[in-house]
Amino acid sequence: MSSPSATPTKDDILCAAWSEDALTPPSRRRRTDDASTSDLQPMPTSPVTDMRSPAVQDTSLFSSPAPFSHLSDTIDMSSPLTYGTPSSRVEGTPRSGLRGTPVRQRPDLGSVRKARQVDLHSDHANGPEAPASEHSVGQKLVIWGTDVNVGTCKEKFQRFLQRFIDPSSTDDENAGLDLNEPLYMQKLEEINVVGDPVLNVNCEHLQSFDADLYRQLIAYPQEVIPTFDMAVNELFFERFPDSVIEHQIQVRPYNALKTRNMRNLNPEDIDQLITISGMVIRTSQLIPEMQEAFFRCQVCAFSTRVEVDRGRIAEPAVCRNCNTTHSMALIHNRSIFSDKQMIKLQESPEDMPAGQTPHTTVVYAHNDLVDKVQPGDRVNITGIYRAVPIRLNPRQSNVKSVYKTHIDAIHFRKTHEKRLHGLDEEAEEKLFTEERVRTLRELAAKPDVYERLSSALAPSIYEHEDIKKGILLQLFGGTRKDFSQTGRGGFRAEINILLCGDPGTSKSQLLQYVYNLVPRGQYTSGKGSSAVGLTAYVMKDPETRQLVLQTGALVLSDNGICCIDEFDKMSDSTRSVLHEVMEQQTLSIAKAGIICQLNARTSVLAAANPVESQWNPKKTTIENIQLPHTLLSRFDLIFLMLDPQDEAYDRRLAHHLVSLYYQSEEQLEEEFLDMAMLKDYVAYARSYIEPRLSEEASQALIKAYVDMRKIGSGRGMVSAYPRQLESLIRLAEAHAKVRFSDKVETIDVEEAKRLHREALKQSATDPRTGFVDISILTTGMSATARKRKEELAQALKRLIQSKGKVPTMKYQQLFDDLRAQSDVAITKDMFEEALQALTDEDYLTVTGKTVRLL
Amino acid sequence: MPTVHDWINNPLGIVEDIFAQSNCSPDWETKVLEYFKEKLKDNEAASWVPSLNDVPVHYLKANSLVKFRCFIQDMFDPEFYMGVYETVDPSSKSKVLRSGKYKDVAECGHQVDLNTKNAVTLERQTFYCVPIPGESPWVKESYSCSNPARVVPSTSYAPCRHKRSYEEDEDMETQPHKQKEQLAGPQGTTDIHGSGDPKRLETEAPSSLSNAASGCSSPLDLNFPLPGEKGPACLVKVYEEWELFKVNDILEVYGILSVDPVLSVISEDKDSSLVDPMDCTESVEEQRVHCPPASLVPRLHMLYAHRLQHNNPLLPPAASEASSGFLNDVVSVRGELLGYLTHVLLGDALAAEYLILHLISTVYARRDVLPLGKFTLNLSGCPHNSTYTEQLYRVIQQLIPSSFRLGMSLHNMNNLRLVPRKDYTANRLLSGVLQLAPNTSLFLDETQLEQGQLDSTGVRNITALGNLISWQKVDYDFNYHQMEFPCNINVLIASEGKSLLPFLTPCLPCTPHSPPQCDCHVRLQPQLAPPNLEQYISTIQVSLSPSLLNKFRIYLSLLRTLDYSISEEVTKAVEDDFVEMRKDDPQSISAEDLHRLLVVARLLSLSVGHTTLSRDRWMRAKHLETLRTNRTEQQKCVNGNEP
Repeated sequence: MSSPSATPTKDDILCAAWSEDALTPPSRRRRTDDASTSDLQPMPTSPVTDMRSPAVQDTSLFSSPAPFSHLSDTIDMSSPLTYGTPSSRVEGTPRSGLRGTPVRQRPDLGSVRKARQVDLHSDHANGPEAPASEHSVGQKLVIWGTDVNVGTCKEKFQRFLQRFIDPSSTDDENAGLDLNEPLYMQKLEEINVVGDPVLNVNCEHLQSFDADLYRQLIAYPQEVIPTFDMAVNELFFERFPDSVIEHQIQVRPYNALKTRNMRNLNPEDIDQLITISGMVIRTSQLIPEMQEAFFRCQVCAFSTRVEVDRGRIAEPAVCRNCNTTHSMALIHNRSIFSDKQMIKLQESPEDMPAGQTPHTTVVYAHNDLVDKVQPGDRVNITGIYRAVPIRLNPRQSNVKSVYKTHIDAIHFRKTHEKRLHGLDEEAEEKLFTEERVRTLRELAAKPDVYERLSSALAPSIYEHEDIKKGILLQLFGGTRKDFSQTGRGGFRAEINILLCGDPGTSKSQLLQYVYNLVPRGQYTSGKGSSAVGLTAYVMKDPETRQLVLQTGALVLSDNGICCIDEFDKMSDSTRSVLHEVMEQQTLSIAKAGIICQLNARTSVLAAANPVESQWNPKKTTIENIQLPHTLLSRFDLIFLMLDPQDEAYDRRLAHHLVSLYYQSEEQLEEEFLDMAMLKDYVAYARSYIEPRLSEEASQALIKAYVDMRKIGSGRGMVSAYPRQLESLIRLAEAHAKVRFSDKVETIDVEEAKRLHREALKQSATDPRTGFVDISILTTGMSATARKRKEELAQALKRLIQSKGKVPTMKYQQLFDDLRAQSDVAITKDMFEEALQALTDEDYLTVTGKTVRLL
Repeated sequence: MPTVHDWINNPLGIVEDIFAQSNCSPDWETKVLEYFKEKLKDNEAASWVPSLNDVPVHYLKANSLVKFRCFIQDMFDPEFYMGVYETVDPSSKSKVLRSGKYKDVAECGHQVDLNTKNAVTLERQTFYCVPIPGESPWVKESYSCSNPARVVPSTSYAPCRHKRSYEEDEDMETQPHKQKEQLAGPQGTTDIHGSGDPKRLETEAPSSLSNAASGCSSPLDLNFPLPGEKGPACLVKVYEEWELFKVNDILEVYGILSVDPVLSVISEDKDSSLVDPMDCTESVEEQRVHCPPASLVPRLHMLYAHRLQHNNPLLPPAASEASSGFLNDVVSVRGELLGYLTHVLLGDALAAEYLILHLISTVYARRDVLPLGKFTLNLSGCPHNSTYTEQLYRVIQQLIPSSFRLGMSLHNMNNLRLVPRKDYTANRLLSGVLQLAPNTSLFLDETQLEQGQLDSTGVRNITALGNLISWQKVDYDFNYHQMEFPCNINVLIASEGKSLLPFLTPCLPCTPHSPPQCDCHVRLQPQLAPPNLEQYISTIQVSLSPSLLNKFRIYLSLLRTLDYSISEEVTKAVEDDFVEMRKDDPQSISAEDLHRLLVVARLLSLSVGHTTLSRDRWMRAKHLETLRTNRTEQQKCVNGNEP
């Protein structure tokens, strides 16, 4: 609060100037001096906020800042019927500069008039009934009820606009601007070019520049924002005097730090600027709200205007011209209306405490904010929190003592939509307190952090350490690399994992756990999901007849993990969409005229059951789960979850389960802390740590890859492909992230190698030879099997040749002969495969039941 | 000092006294709460307070202290109200500060000065509460018998009297009356009734309630979770610490009853709402839900509430107090109960044993996604096409405080709303059958299921049941997203063959070897075949003495609340045992089986009042399990051999 003993300053002078201004009719409203109204004394009002109650008029000298009033008295108008659409007026009479740019009313600031009026208070205004504020003694002018001095406030804000520089800005609103120049001056330039007269001001900037001004903005938005408007317009038209814009620039602050959560709103926030996040659940039809009623006398055609006061219109009972009573009739199409829309906002699910139902708030959008949001949108709304005062009904002796609350929206910001400049990840970054970061760093510094974290993962599931480690690495992911400049596109950084194994080995539980852990997880079941449910589909909106793209699980889990249970039960067409997602990380859609590519940078965690319901150790992975090898090779790690059946394991399992059942509450509490910690840890690492390969690490990787290739080459098999190398790199990077290290070092590579080998050992072992054979996964057939097939074909060929020169043979006969000759059992399938191989060699053809030599 | 009756009959007077004495110091609120807490400490005193559960609303005095045993069905948005306001007497110009707490309406017989600096806006939360869903009749009866404050219709009450007679009656200065006069006569608002507290008398409620009963007024959906429920729904206004309460909690609320007809004025007076532009914030549906007529949905301003651990009237609220005395004869009660249930289950002692275990099971903890302690029971082999399941349910209902029988007929599955859903038009949570209080028994009658097609609702319903059984959670449908609400519902499935339930859920495979997700499946082996089942069961029920029945009830509720632990030593033994069993035949026992064994052992120990696991109990649990699995295997063989 300003000190009461302030000496006369230039505020005084300002005051004087204003009083003069205010005495001249401030016809700054959208009003024409058409003949019928020319003799009407326009009522003085506040410039933008519509405070038009009698209380204001009594003290209209200071009815709040009215700097433009002296400018606008000359506005002449085309047709009065165009009132509601300022743009048409500008087109009708092209003009330039502040003088001609119409002011647009801001119902968002003043549509609800408070019973307690706001007024400019000075030492000589106000009667005794005005609650004498401490300012009355001094010379300083403030708006009644606040400590806002219009002059200083305006000056401060102009200074802010002219000087504020935020070189470290990552805000997507500022993309394309020179960060070393005053930010908002560039924005003004933008307005001049683009012609969209809205200036969005980030409150955070304002706070860092002038905390006091920020405080005032938060506490008295209704008074401060119009002041800002004035300041901006003065500045703008000073700089661009010839600029033509639709209406005067309106300032829209956003990102007020006051409140984040709907639940925290309390009576103290009333009439303050707040920002809350939530989800739009319902929008109303457009409501035309009368701002100004136009009355015409039925007798003498004298017309008058009455402004809406607190939702009511005081109908003139007597015509001032001819003194006829009750002759005034409302002319609807000459009254002024503004658009209004009621929006219901619901708390976002993340903000809700468990076991409670979400809260909702009513939001009113005005003018051009109408229809900006649709049900289902996640938005951050900045606005003024209002409580509608109780209206006394003279007929009732008792009133409900409950206020209705709503928010007048000033600014919408959609959160979960792809924003224009594609920096969405940063925008969503979770904010960590310094303390939290310190604990996380401390944890990261521990040598056994990797083990700790992996054991914190799904503690109720026993053992499967390597699987948990794999999933942990998946949570962190590799480093995203962008080679789009060289035409290769992005490299996949996400790690995909497939769990297969006997039913009932808690695969689903692991998936459930992961799904609950990651913020953008999706859980689907292969059986229940169609290709459409996974990807995206085009739908015609029944109301607007517009085509709308509805996204499926994979797109929804962009930057998250998509957990797919029952992977094997998926239909082939569904599975085929995964090919693109799992390598290119995009999703192409060509449907109903919409052709587009969506990002689906998702990790896939899938679980599959063996076809025969029990894992057959005599078969390869492919044979067991019957998945196309093209898809399998896209998984970085494939784990088998089998019942190990060994005594030590049983003992540990029993111990684990028993302790699960009798652990006390406190111990359980600890677990929960761990889960929150784990969440934060992962989130922090994902957003802040970007490890790069060190020299040694790359050498180690090369060596590892070469070694892998070597193993196979000895037996004429290929045991590694470049895809495996990529997997190794990703895993190593993820492991470095776990350590919060910016460099991938040899230990990371070691662990990646170990994990990869473990997974391979489980899934890519050829059951016939016992060797690891990567070709099982890459081609679907082990090298031995292929060799066997070739041998059989040769044997068949020899058999046919031994028969001499017969042009045709009976199929069954040949099969029997081959079986008789061979010392291993030959199935019909094998026989057919061999025949096929010979057909491919153009040696013979099979027609029906006969085999014909060529 | 106010007398005993004052604090029940005129709690607002006491609130106002305390407020006036406190001179606006903020601690007056705590003083009020302490005052009432002190009064209610005495069990005797608490029972003087009439209960909304037993007494119809129109018998209760407006603005008196009442209690309500209820279930939080929904939470509305917080509302801001005039915490402190100032009234001005137009004649004397004297200003009086008044408190708006615990009231719905501000009395402004004088002028209210809304702009005074002394006015304080405060926040309160509204809960939509309904009587505990599925509460057994015996519980209701027992509660109302233990409550001597059965309000007799007040002497002045005469149902046949016309409304107009109110106006002639000098004594009846009721609020609606007052209002009516003002509406009717233009003589002004000034004096008529002067100042002072409005006297608490009957309201208009009887007439409108009877209207509702006779179906005259439009039916208001009171949103009970279970179909066919009756009882008052109530909007409970909570002033302190509302974040401690959760949806689906059961509470006993002591509060001030408010049935002022002003509250329902909106719904009746359509014109005034049209004038008021701010009222368009709420749709008609929403208004109906959030401001229902006070006569149908009274408001209750909470002064004191406690969460109920159970709703068994035979136990003191804090169950642990009673345990020590009762535990001595636990074993004998258990024996009796076992005998009784064996009879009911047609002589199958094993099934009776498992039924006891099921009835005392409760989810006592959760490890990440895994609920511990749930014991879903599937009784298969129930005779089809007979009323046996219904009889069985009646018996169970007799024993436990709250339960519900859901006939899984195709029609029900395709049409019932099992999962609560948010209705955004009316802005409330539409309740579903699965919105139940903790420890409610859900009796799924699968014998009613016939062949046919499930539509999408049906599939969703079955999925919801599957989730409930496997994870003890219900995903409430919020249209744009789902929200997971953990629950604690004992599910008992009665079926002919093995229950399809856990398997039909789309996310679970129909593979023959997958382990049962139902915790336990017992095949009923009737030893008896009474010719007339109905008569048989009722004979058994009649032969049961009431005192014994009460013992059973105490037994079942009490044992749930006991703590339980396993000593190191026994842990070791269990581990050894498991390893040993696996050694013989790894296929015979899996981790799942161990899970189940541990639960059975836990429940078995508790059922005899032991809070730790002993070796004997462990062996006994194993024995029971073997008996059970053998029986299931046997059944499989029998079925397999059938042509």
